[in-house]
Amino acid sequence: MHVVVVTKSTPDTAAKVTVDASGKPTWTEAMVINPWDEYAVTEAVLLKEAHKGQATILTVGTEEHNEALKQGLAIGLDQAARVWDDALVGADSLLYAKAVAAAIQKLGNADLVIFGKEFADLGSDVHVYQVARKLGYAVLGSVSKILEIDFSAKTIKVERMLEQGKQIVTSKLPAVIAVLKDINEPKYPSFIGIRKAAKAEIPVWSLADLGLDAGTRQTQVSAYTNPPKIEGEVEIIEGASAAEKAAKLADKLIEAKVI
Amino acid sequence: MDFLLTEEHLMAQKMVRDFAQKEVYPTIKEWDRKQQMNPDVLPRMGELGILGINIPMMYGGQGFDYITLALACEELERVDTTLRVVMSVHMGLNSMALLQWGTEEQKQRFLVPQAKGEKYAAFGLTEPNAGSDVAAMTSTARREGDVYILNGEKMWISLATKADNFLVFAKTDTHANPTHAGITAFIVTKDMKGFTAGDIHGKLGVRAGSTGWFAMENVEVPIENRLGEEGEGFYIAMSCLDNGRYTVGAGAVGLIRACLEDSLKYCHERSTFGKEIGKHQLVQQKIAYMQQWYDAGRLLILKTGWMKNMGMRNTRETSMAKWYATDMSVKAALEAIQIHGAYGFSDEYDVERYLRNGKGAVIYEGTSEIHQLMQAGYALGYRVDRPIRCELPAYDPEVWQREAVVS
Repeated sequence: MHVVVVTKSTPDTAAKVTVDASGKPTWTEAMVINPWDEYAVTEAVLLKEAHKGQATILTVGTEEHNEALKQGLAIGLDQAARVWDDALVGADSLLYAKAVAAAIQKLGNADLVIFGKEFADLGSDVHVYQVARKLGYAVLGSVSKILEIDFSAKTIKVERMLEQGKQIVTSKLPAVIAVLKDINEPKYPSFIGIRKAAKAEIPVWSLADLGLDAGTRQTQVSAYTNPPKIEGEVEIIEGASAAEKAAKLADKLIEAKVI
Repeated sequence: MDFLLTEEHLMAQKMVRDFAQKEVYPTIKEWDRKQQMNPDVLPRMGELGILGINIPMMYGGQGFDYITLALACEELERVDTTLRVVMSVHMGLNSMALLQWGTEEQKQRFLVPQAKGEKYAAFGLTEPNAGSDVAAMTSTARREGDVYILNGEKMWISLATKADNFLVFAKTDTHANPTHAGITAFIVTKDMKGFTAGDIHGKLGVRAGSTGWFAMENVEVPIENRLGEEGEGFYIAMSCLDNGRYTVGAGAVGLIRACLEDSLKYCHERSTFGKEIGKHQLVQQKIAYMQQWYDAGRLLILKTGWMKNMGMRNTRETSMAKWYATDMSVKAALEAIQIHGAYGFSDEYDVERYLRNGKGAVIYEGTSEIHQLMQAGYALGYRVDRPIRCELPAYDPEVWQREAVVS
């Protein structure tokens, strides 16, 4: 059994992100593992422990993404790999997905690929579906619980949390899943895991190592801008009684088309 | 010289920080108000390995170095002093003493379960009428065949009602000259007949912790529970303080950081006279001092940790670090309250708790006055550290990370 977690480092959700004069987003705080991926990592560790299998953590990104890989190793995953190549600077999700899929194939394929629900920084999950498509695996998003998994029979049964309610789905393995916070309580690294992670040499694969070529990008981010400043003013509504003030307020709100 | 922390140090520090911030911080004010210890704290610290962080793996610990212990204490006290107090007594004053002075048999019986977090440990030196004046203690231990009969009362004992094992000091010779030469150390367990313990409430600070007393009435302690030799207790106690004070000082550095970080946040949030308060020079002066105290305190502590790693005697350096960092943590808390104005005076913000918690640490584990006497004594040549029979072992990663042989 082989489970692969795909992760990345993102700015801490508490970080204040601003766009600088050159149009690049910046923040001062250190990068952390994509918060959604904490659940993916823990789920992989739980599966690995329960099924005595192998679990790998993978990222596509610069050296600063090692933070997330080391965190995964410290929590209990067996090995890590990183894909990076200068040609990946500014990659779109499709190129990213091609790189992830090729890296998983290089690892010798997987029975289950686990992603966090989305990338917390980009707010995007399209890569999950693109990776599944490139690998030819089934894909299940919004997974809140793995109800059954049988690696020898190659089947999985999950609970998906949808806006309308819960859905129980069965699928064949190999599969790609994207997990929600409900799936588990994230584990902390153990001290022994920390020591192992600190010593780990993480291989870095280029696009050539994966037999890929960056090709032409389908989409490109042309600019980032700061959200517009919210400006407003305070007006005190005067009146002899609460009822009079409320009536005046209601009139103003109707006039402003708020209600 | 190398001031760099290793990747292991940084990851361990982050793990302890995440635990304290995520699991303790959200409810700390409630426990502080209730004057009770959150019952999840000790079991979680045990499960996560924090209670054995710097004990060799062969004795059930995690095999990290003494610097990691300081980093953990800083992170714990950044959230609440009571968390660091656990490390001071369980690790600094008790488990490290077993590592330093214990026989192999004592290490197996007591240190292993403590390092694994299966048993909690505390320290009983202070008495109702004997604090700084250790030799004035009145607890006694009378030898009768293969047991000692212990009588006496200990006070201001952290984890008094939570710990399983206590390192207790009592006089085996009440006529010894000098007086302290009659003190002997014992490992007393809470299940021994004649042992009773209780909590003390109404303290100014460390209210989310457990501080209490215990009494011994004809407690029979087997001879194999004696730590060190008869009459060696005073030297054992002083060596324990070299480790306990190290954790207190490291924690105080965390408390200064708490004051600084909270103040920095408030400086950017609060505006007066048309600008954020961080722009006012008198506020800036307070911030600059807090940063100075943090930087200096941390350097003193980490240097002491480095000396411990190297196996160098560090009584003077530990005393200096503890004295400086705890004194400055009280000043930092006062300044942090001042920066927060009236809000700082209320428990809506955390800074008032920092002051209440910080005040204890300039009293316990050597009052600031005791440390001043020690420092002057060293400088004037009146005080010299003599070698002791068992020194704290230097940190050797190979030994520390060697697993226990399962027979």
